[in-house]
This record gives sequence, C-alpha cells and structure tokens, in this order.
Amino acid sequence: MSIDLPIIWAAIIAFAVLAYVVLDGFDLGVGILFPLFPHRHDRDVMTNSIAPVWDGNETWLVLGGGGLMAVFPLAYATVLPALYMPIILMLLGLIFRGVAFEFRWRSGPDSRLWDGGFWLGSSVAAMMQGIALGALVQGIKIENRSYAGGWWDWLTPFSILTGVAVVVGYALLGATWLNLKTTGELQHRARRMAMALGVALLVLIAVVSLWTPFINHLYFERWFGWPTAFFSAFVPLLVAMCAVALWHGLTQDKHLQPFLAALGLFVLSYAGLGISFYPYIVPGALTIEEAAAPDSSLIFLLVGAVVLIPIILAYTGYAYWVFRGKIDPEEGYH
Amino acid sequence: MTFLGLTAEMLARLQFAFTVSFHFLFPAFSIGTASFLAVLNGLWLWKRDEAYLKLFEYWKTIFAITFGMGVVSGIVMSYQFGTNWARFSDKAGAVIGPLMGYEVLTAFFLEAGFLGIALFGRKRVGDTMHMVAVVAVAVGTLISATWITSANSWMHTPAGFSIDAAGSFVPEDWWAIVFNPSFPYRMTHTVLAAFLTTAFAVGGVGAWHLLHNEENRQSRIMFSMAMWMAAIVTPIQIFVGDQHGLNTLEHQPAKIAAMEGHFETHENGAPLILFGIPDDEAEVTRYALEIPKLGSLILTHHLNGRVQGLKDWPRQDRPPALMPFITFRVMVGIGFLMLALGIWSLYARAKGSLYSNRALLRSALIMGPSGFVAVLAGWYTTEVGRQPYTIYGLLRTSDSLSPVSAPAVGTSLLAFIAVYFIVFGTGTFYLLKLMRRVPELTEDPELDRGPTRAAGTTPGPAQDDPMGGENVH
Repeated sequence: MSIDLPIIWAAIIAFAVLAYVVLDGFDLGVGILFPLFPHRHDRDVMTNSIAPVWDGNETWLVLGGGGLMAVFPLAYATVLPALYMPIILMLLGLIFRGVAFEFRWRSGPDSRLWDGGFWLGSSVAAMMQGIALGALVQGIKIENRSYAGGWWDWLTPFSILTGVAVVVGYALLGATWLNLKTTGELQHRARRMAMALGVALLVLIAVVSLWTPFINHLYFERWFGWPTAFFSAFVPLLVAMCAVALWHGLTQDKHLQPFLAALGLFVLSYAGLGISFYPYIVPGALTIEEAAAPDSSLIFLLVGAVVLIPIILAYTGYAYWVFRGKIDPEEGYH
Repeated sequence: MTFLGLTAEMLARLQFAFTVSFHFLFPAFSIGTASFLAVLNGLWLWKRDEAYLKLFEYWKTIFAITFGMGVVSGIVMSYQFGTNWARFSDKAGAVIGPLMGYEVLTAFFLEAGFLGIALFGRKRVGDTMHMVAVVAVAVGTLISATWITSANSWMHTPAGFSIDAAGSFVPEDWWAIVFNPSFPYRMTHTVLAAFLTTAFAVGGVGAWHLLHNEENRQSRIMFSMAMWMAAIVTPIQIFVGDQHGLNTLEHQPAKIAAMEGHFETHENGAPLILFGIPDDEAEVTRYALEIPKLGSLILTHHLNGRVQGLKDWPRQDRPPALMPFITFRVMVGIGFLMLALGIWSLYARAKGSLYSNRALLRSALIMGPSGFVAVLAGWYTTEVGRQPYTIYGLLRTSDSLSPVSAPAVGTSLLAFIAVYFIVFGTGTFYLLKLMRRVPELTEDPELDRGPTRAAGTTPGPAQDDPMGGENVH
C-alpha cells in the first residue's frame, strides 16, 4: 500500500495540537494577563474579545486527546499515565478558566473571585501544558506496553523551563490578540506588554533550543547531522524574521502583524519539535508506526477527518468572521 | 499500595464514577434545552409572538452556563481514559477511540462553532443564519449523544471486532461496531431521558412562577409545553425502557438478575421483587416483597418465562446486586411519577385548570429535578450492572487500569471532588438564581442580562449587576 496511514495521521494529530496551541493559546494568554488589567471594564472587554470563540478553540484539545486514543492508542495509554499530575492539574485549571466566562457575569457587582479563577485556571493550564511538553521531550520510560516510570518523573528543571516558556508564549499571543481586538489605553498597555513578552519569549526559545540537543543524542543527530542540519539553520533564520516582524509591528502601530508574527514564532517552535521527534511519537521509546492503531481504525476515521476537518475550518472561520473587528468599549454603556 | 484503605482500582473507579456523574448531568440537561431553544426560536420566527422570543432569551442564559459546565467536565472525561484506564485504552482504543473521534468531528466542533452565533449573534447575522446556528447547536448535541452512546453500548454489547496476539481489540466491521446490539435501545432511551429531564426542569420553573403569578404568559407557555412533553414522551419512554430491558436480558442476563435481585434461577415463572435488600455475601435478597410470576411477565412477556439468577454465574463474574437493584427501582419509580403527573396535567388541561391547580403546580415544582435523579439512577444501574467488566465478558475492570499508584489516583480524586463541588456547586446556585427571574424581559432582549459572548454588539459593561434584582422574587 502506497499510502502511509500512520504518517498521515501523525500529521493530522500534529495539526490538531498546533491548532489548539495557537487558538487556545491566545485566549489562555488573555487570562494570564488578567491581573495586569485591574479595571473591571478592561476585563469585560478582554473576556468579550474571546468569549465567542474559546469553546471552539478548546475543542481542538479534545480532538488531540480523542484522536490520539483512536489512532495511536499505545501512545495515549503510555503518555497520559506518565504525565498524570500535569494532565490532571491542566484539566482542573481549564475547568476554572471555562466556567469563569459565565460565572463572572453572575456573581453580582464584584467579580474578583471568578476573575481570580480565570487567571489562575489559565495560568495553571498553560504551565502544565508546557511542563507536559518538556517531560515528553525528555522521554518516557515504557516497558511491556505501559508506562514504567514514577509519578514525579515529569518534574525536572527542563520541564519547568518549558512550562515557563509556554506561559510567556501564550501571554504574548494574548497581548498581541488584545492589540488586534481592542482600542485606546487597553491596546497601548497590551502592546507594551507584548514587547516585553516578545523579548522574554525569544530568550526562552533560545535556551530551550540550545538545551534540547543535549537531552537525547537523537535530537543532537537530528539537529547537527546531515541533511537535517539544513533545517536547523533554516528554522532559527525564520524565527529571527518573525521577531523582526513582531517588533516592527508593535512599534509601527500595526494591529494584525504582531499577532501573526507571534503565531509564526509558535509554528516555527512547533516545527522544530516535529523535526526533533520524527519518526518517534514518544521520543526514543515509541515510533509513529509502533503506536498506530490497526489500519481499519485509521481508515475509518480518516474518511471522516478528510471530509469534516475542512468543513470545520470553514465554519470556524465563519464564526471568527462574524465577530471580526474591534470590540467597541463604549457600546455597552448605552 | 493503598490510599485511605482503597486500592488504585477502586479509587480509579470512584474517580470515573464521580467525574462522569457530574459531567452527565450537564449534557442530560443541555441536549433537551438545545432542542427546546430551537423550537422556541422557530416559533418566534413563525408566529412573531414576542412571548417566544422572551422565552428563548430567558432559557438561553441558562443553557450557556449548563453548556459551559458540560464542556469543561467533558474534557476531563476525554483524558481520563488515558490517565486512569491506560490498559483499557491500549486494548480498546482502536475501537472506542474512532467513535469518540467522530463525536468530536461531527458534534463538538459543530456545537462550539455555532454556539457564539446562536447565543449572541442574532443581530450580526440576521434571523435566518441565527436560526441555522441554533439548529446546528441542537443537532450537534443529538449527534454527540449518538456517538457516545454507541461507544458506551459497544462496551456493553461488543460486536464487529477480533482480538490480536497482544490482546488488543481490532475493528473488523464498523457497521457492526457502531450499530452494536444494545445501541439503538440505549440511544433512544438516553435521548428521551434527556428530553424528559429538560421538560421537567422547565415545568418546575414554570410551575414556580405560576404559583406566584398565574397570569404570566411566558410562565404559562413553558409550563404547558413541559406538561405536553410529560404526557406524551413519558409513556413512550416507559415503552422504550421495557424494550431496552428485553435487550439487556438477551445480552447481559447477569445484569438483569442483579437489577431484579434474583439469586436463584426461576425455570417456571419468576416473581417480581418490589422491594428488598440483596445480599451478595449470603446470596439472598432479604426482606423481599414479591408478586408471583410478574417478574417473568415483565422480562419475558410470558407468565412462566425462565429468568436466570446470579448463582448461575461464578462469584467473580457477577455484578454487585445491591446498587443496580436500588437505582433501578429509583429510576422506574420516578418514571411512573412522571407518567402520573403527565396524566394529571391532561386532566387539568381538559378542565381548564392547568395554570391554577395549585396541587398540580406544586407537584410539578417538586418533580422539577426528578429527571436528573432518574438519569443518574439509570446510569448507575446499567454501568454497575456491567461489572466486573469494562468490555462485557471480555475485559475485566481490574485488567483495564493504568499503572498508576493509589496515592496518585487518590490525591487527584480528592482534588476533583473539591474543585467540582466548588465550581459546579456555584454553577448550580447561579442556575437557580437565573431560574428565579420572572420570565419577562425588556424591549431589547439582546441588551438584557447575559451578554458574556456578545463581542462587538453587546459588550458586558452595561450589566454591572446582571442579576438585576428588581426582576427577582
């Protein structure tokens, strides 16, 4: 058979996770920035900017998880127990974050409690996603088709670093999103934050990138061996271009460009991870082929995915288009 | 290793039971509410009667909160299979996973994608597109119910698979997997249960407001619609439940034996045990109040039909009897109370006292939460009755567990309990507050309370006190 089903599915799952990271990334980022905007009015505008879309954004996470179980059940069954604590904490964080959208409007004039929940939930979820990523990069011990490590293995200096990097990255996405969707003083503040966050993120990307090759010789060979070293040179160059675009956009009063540049940074970092991982799905332990479900499962779900994902993208795009443009902060005072 | 004296397996089961019980309450309500909203919006567009628009706006806020809680508690479920039930996921992921994958692709995205427009986009997209969005959300909830009951049914009545050398389930015939033997019954029973849950909740809210003011037109409409549902859907549900029971007897006779409290096999007509206390240790149902032959009549539709008892199975293959026995009686009891209320409402309607019969209204108010209780009770009946297997007859619960230690599962269970009670307890409090609002709105419903997702059109700042106060009793 000429079509390599597991590879196609790895690409689809990778796409779903990337879609999740950039989409929920900016709305989690808005939550992470919440304490820096103490005025209720600013916070109302901030939540209104993401309220119509966060549900859909988070659905990509369910597709990532459900899809992984369907097409790479062995990876799902080994990675999740290995990342037990960060996953559970992420879920609890997402609960607080998700309900805060509704609850902060129901709690009377003082919404500080649920605003706090919104911030804490967003931050914990982001941190845990970063930690989970770092732990996965470091590798997971698998024996006899199951996780064979301890339940604190995920906690290392490297995973904490990736956790911080994801929090900063999401905050940057959130700040550039606010620069895109808001006006006036709120926009100015978001822009200033984006500058600081952009610098911090670039430093973190550099540290993580330099550290990663020394974690596992597989990564080292991938990044410094031929022909893949070609990409190793290429990716940092593109990162630099995004950084310039981000800075230029923020200083020249561009509204869309900084957001796109921040997205670019995420896509490139993600591509870097993909280069490191391939052909593994759990680095060093489980290849894409080994983890794949039987062909009958891959084909059955692929038929649906090929038809439905473009449709999903179309109506998701439509929903974004319906709620396009700046949030008018004055309209609510009528 | 144990935690608070419980094994990792028991803790994982408790955690799943706890998180799924909470989760299940929200879809059970939002499936019905989404369809209710679609009907209300349709009636508004068709008749241009403001009352329907007001009701739509009223229930939409309640729906938004319920839906949000359903989403976040549902995400937990989609990861719990991996964190706590890794060996189940490894062995059965290739079958169960694609069903849930289709649920995400066909339902979750549809609901989430159109929810923003359905709730807050009426002015931005116009009536027609808004109606499309409302219907898309409603259809999404029903598609979701279809896939997840299919996956659940497969765990009860597995079909269309083979088992490979590693002991994993390999899908062979997807048609047989999706339409496995118990699926049509379970899905119909579950969806009707969701509709009834919503109907009785709506009826309870309507009754509450009618008890305060029997003239309010919106209260009358919601109470009347709810009582029609009670009168029409309850008998259908009882019939479907009976069919579901026959199907269970065919495929899971041990579950039926547990539900009925039968330890002995009755070759010549089993009694119906109305009440009693099954004792698994002693293999007897104590204090049994029995009606001869009726058990066989209900289960087999013959007076002398053969009904197996739990002693027909080795002890290690039996489900525990006490829980299914009790929860089944709770569910059936509520079902008949629902039927009685439905019939009573027909009588009152014929006499013209539907909105003024205070005994009826009070009964409807008390019955408001009954659907939730019945849904959970039925769920426990069928899921506990599936024990000691996750995949009936093929994969034991004890062989499905993740290699995680009891303290890890126990700690996370405690965290879930604390967070769920805080978050969903508060959510329920807000829901009740919203239900206490008198169902009357201002001229511009879009500017009335509940602007959360309104983005550009109606940002929230106007609602510094969204509960108003003057609109609350």
